[in-house]
Amino acid sequence: MEAQAFQKVYTKISQITKATCSLHATDVGYDELALINGRLAQVVKIIGDTVTLQVFGGTEGIPTNAEVKFLGKAPSLKVSDDLAGRFFNAFGEPIDGGPDVEGEEIEIGGPSVNPVQRKQPSNMIFTGIAGIDLNNSLVTGQKIPFFADPDQPYNQVMAIVALRAKADKIILGGMGLTNDDYLFYKNVFENAGALDRIISFVNTTDDPPVERLLVPDMALTAAEYFAVEKNETVLVLLTDMTLYADALSIVSNRMDQIPSKDSMPGSLYSDLAKIYEKAVQFPKGGSITIIAVTTLSGGDITHAIPDNTGYITEGQLFLRRDTDIAKVIVDPFRSLSRLKQNVIGKDTRKDHAQVMNAAIKLYSEAANAKTKLENGFDLSDFDERSLDFAKQYSNDLLAIDVNIGGEEMLDKSWQLFNKHFKPEEVAIKQELVDKYWPKKENE
Amino acid sequence: MTRGKVSGIIANLVIIEVDGPVSQNEICFIRLGETRLMAEVIKMMGQKAFVQVFESTRNLRVGDTAEFTGHMLEVTLGPGILSKNYDGLQNDLDKMEGVFLKRGEYTNPLEDDSKWDFKPLAKAGDLVEAGSWLGEVKENWIAHKIMVPFKFQGKYTVVSVAAEGQYTINDEIAVLKDRDGNTRKVTMVQKWPVKLAIKAFKEKPRPFKMMETGIRCIDSLNPIVEGGTGFTPGPFGTGKTVLQHALSKHAEADMIVVAACGERANEVVEIFTEFPELEDPRTGRKLIERTTIIANTSNMPVAAREASVYTAMTIAEYYRSMGLKILLLADSTSRWAQALREMSNRMEELPGQDAYPMDLPAIISNFYARAGYVYLKNGSTGSITFIGAVSPAGGNLKEPVTESTKKAARCFYALSQQRADSKRYPAVDPIDSYSKYLEYDEFIEYLKNNISENWLDQLLYFKNLLIRGKEAHEQINILGDDGVPIDYHIRYWKSEVFDYVILQQDAFDPVDSSTPIKRQKYMVEMIYDLVRDEYSFETFEEVNEYFRKVINVLKQMNYSAFESEDFKKFEKQLKQILEERRVEQPA
Repeated sequence: MEAQAFQKVYTKISQITKATCSLHATDVGYDELALINGRLAQVVKIIGDTVTLQVFGGTEGIPTNAEVKFLGKAPSLKVSDDLAGRFFNAFGEPIDGGPDVEGEEIEIGGPSVNPVQRKQPSNMIFTGIAGIDLNNSLVTGQKIPFFADPDQPYNQVMAIVALRAKADKIILGGMGLTNDDYLFYKNVFENAGALDRIISFVNTTDDPPVERLLVPDMALTAAEYFAVEKNETVLVLLTDMTLYADALSIVSNRMDQIPSKDSMPGSLYSDLAKIYEKAVQFPKGGSITIIAVTTLSGGDITHAIPDNTGYITEGQLFLRRDTDIAKVIVDPFRSLSRLKQNVIGKDTRKDHAQVMNAAIKLYSEAANAKTKLENGFDLSDFDERSLDFAKQYSNDLLAIDVNIGGEEMLDKSWQLFNKHFKPEEVAIKQELVDKYWPKKENE
Repeated sequence: MTRGKVSGIIANLVIIEVDGPVSQNEICFIRLGETRLMAEVIKMMGQKAFVQVFESTRNLRVGDTAEFTGHMLEVTLGPGILSKNYDGLQNDLDKMEGVFLKRGEYTNPLEDDSKWDFKPLAKAGDLVEAGSWLGEVKENWIAHKIMVPFKFQGKYTVVSVAAEGQYTINDEIAVLKDRDGNTRKVTMVQKWPVKLAIKAFKEKPRPFKMMETGIRCIDSLNPIVEGGTGFTPGPFGTGKTVLQHALSKHAEADMIVVAACGERANEVVEIFTEFPELEDPRTGRKLIERTTIIANTSNMPVAAREASVYTAMTIAEYYRSMGLKILLLADSTSRWAQALREMSNRMEELPGQDAYPMDLPAIISNFYARAGYVYLKNGSTGSITFIGAVSPAGGNLKEPVTESTKKAARCFYALSQQRADSKRYPAVDPIDSYSKYLEYDEFIEYLKNNISENWLDQLLYFKNLLIRGKEAHEQINILGDDGVPIDYHIRYWKSEVFDYVILQQDAFDPVDSSTPIKRQKYMVEMIYDLVRDEYSFETFEEVNEYFRKVINVLKQMNYSAFESEDFKKFEKQLKQILEERRVEQPA
């Protein structure tokens, strides 16, 4: 980034912490960018003539007499159609060896959409994964994270969803992504022949952690360009938001802020909401859908990061290894898509809602039966049948390797009901039972 | 007018050096180029005013100028508020240009040039005071009273009132004279500071009338009253917002004020989209006609989030003064508390528990105290029923916001993760939840006179049944199906019948989503008889199978229109099933 010729240069830094520098300077705007010995920094606090800068690359090696130049603008990204197919770092600079992108320069982290200018999200995203489509249907304009322990194959599932989602653009925001995972995404998209609709902003584990703070805003600024200006459906993948929140806590800690729960800044909710709420469906057809990853520690969702995330996002997806069938499934109990009501029975068949609920209730009966079994009690006939049902349901519908259509997964559920239960045990509206319960001759 | 210059900026906390007197909570505007950013004073130290800015402070500089307005944050009150979509500062969102919210764009909350059909209610010579009705205009279907402005202190004599006819909100509709003979003009519009309660009423008695919500787990187990307060804490994913939306759709109120405070924008969009389509079964009008929405979603500026709940409450108080029954819903008050925490933190105040400000409990209880049932000075009654959603961090009900709210609100509807996980919606825990109003003698009397003599007894019977059913279930789990007497299974399943048929309700089914009290009474009484009867079984497996069948038929009844052919058909089926096992009781 070039500094302008006539700029005032400061050379006296009064305070340096691991993530911030302070100096005396005047006529500086809040949120403005600066270069400290060539490293990018942003104004986070001004008291009188003392300006505190958050240094994205870390302050290692910065001397008290470093050159500080203010750039007179907040972080920004040049947007145009040329973004498509390109790979950038957290500052929006190309890392794929290609030329700089020309286009209108937009400040990142821009204003929110007026709620009355939004449209209710109502277009289902079909992923073929029944654990998602049947129980947790996704909708364009939705924001939803995977809550996953680091050992779970969330990157793979997210890549599958991204490719099957039929989005015009897929924007990857990688925060603290390992180089291996970064290459995984690149390969998957390349093999699918989708590179021309991918845009990627990546901060890998090799890069300084504070840089990550720019990644979501960069990705979403690009997303807004395509969704608003071009009316395209844009899918934004953010991984891993836990590392983003960790970077927030580093900065707030260096600024002596009082930490709230789990050493996170008190503003964590607002900080995360500003990102996730960029998900939107516009009336003209453009949309931004956000699928994120929040890694958990030992499955603990009461930690401040997943907890605040859960209150912001429209549901969450949990993966779980089902040892009975030796596969990873989408957990039907803990997963939830809040927007599914907008499409269930509308973009899908009328019996969807009741079939979904009935199957999950029976699946939970099986979980009870399993507890009984583990405690050494005899099982009733109903318990036995629900266990059989659960195993098949898990294998044929919940496993992440399933790839079937919307009607097919409903028909499959009815077949399983019929195989293991009587209609009154399933407790579905009679008119639906009359219509869809497999008839004797088809058995 | 006091002016000042910016001397410090930390996110949306700005420090201004002022040249004159400034009051706490005074509003000022900071000039940033062409735009003016609205801000509120939250602390004074010498000549330094600490203000929270209701907008992003990006590019603000030390030395930028500010002007103080001399008043606190005010809302504009007058006809035209119904059906509006406001932000937390009462800007009309529909009047804003462009897809994105612009900094410093403040829009008129009312229409200056619309004409209203005015009818006088007072006449020359009448003695009036703040809140007295001078006339009325028709706003949607509400008779919107034009009142003596709440800021007018003392008694006045009416000099003149405009004749029946069409007027705009700014036309003079009355002239009043105070004791000293000074005259004051009154229009249809007035302003009021949101942080102060409107107290233009005679008396606030204990509330005693039931408020019908159409939601069975509330009405038939822990009912709320007109003018009552309640809150719904629950971890994410337990259905707080679905419950709030169900209340806003089905509750029996003249007006609903929805404050979407720091929550998801798509949830507000759902209201924008659905309410103009959905009909209120009681009036046959569209739901939007009785609704005002205050939308300050989580991505909108934090400081305005705090203002939004006060804006909503003040609007509710204004309409209550017209003798109306208001339901105020806030989703979620935790976000408001978090906004307070963010500011307290930036001001480097010593923190209380979980870094919340020390006075959080006082702020919350003061706010809840603004709800209530009132006798107006002219003898009419009005009420604000307030139900707030609380989002406890980590689902832990011992956290400060939940604890403080529990002290302030009289109804507690705990949303349980366990019920939500097993898809028992609404996931209101029937055992932990309570309604303090069931202890009010005047409310008990009301239930006796308006529902039935036995209603309260039945309700308490079911509470007991649920606890006993839960105990039986625990015993079965510990000792095994065979390890307990068959009676345990029967008891458990009887409580399940009440749970499945009364407590669980399908918010997305056209019939089941709302149940009028008449139908609730019918079903509850039927189940009351059903669970008190005795049934004979040989094995526990028979018990399970039998009650599953009973529940299935009852659920089919829930899905059928009340007293329809289908309903009667299933009822007949149920009778047959019950006859199979019922033991004849000696007369």
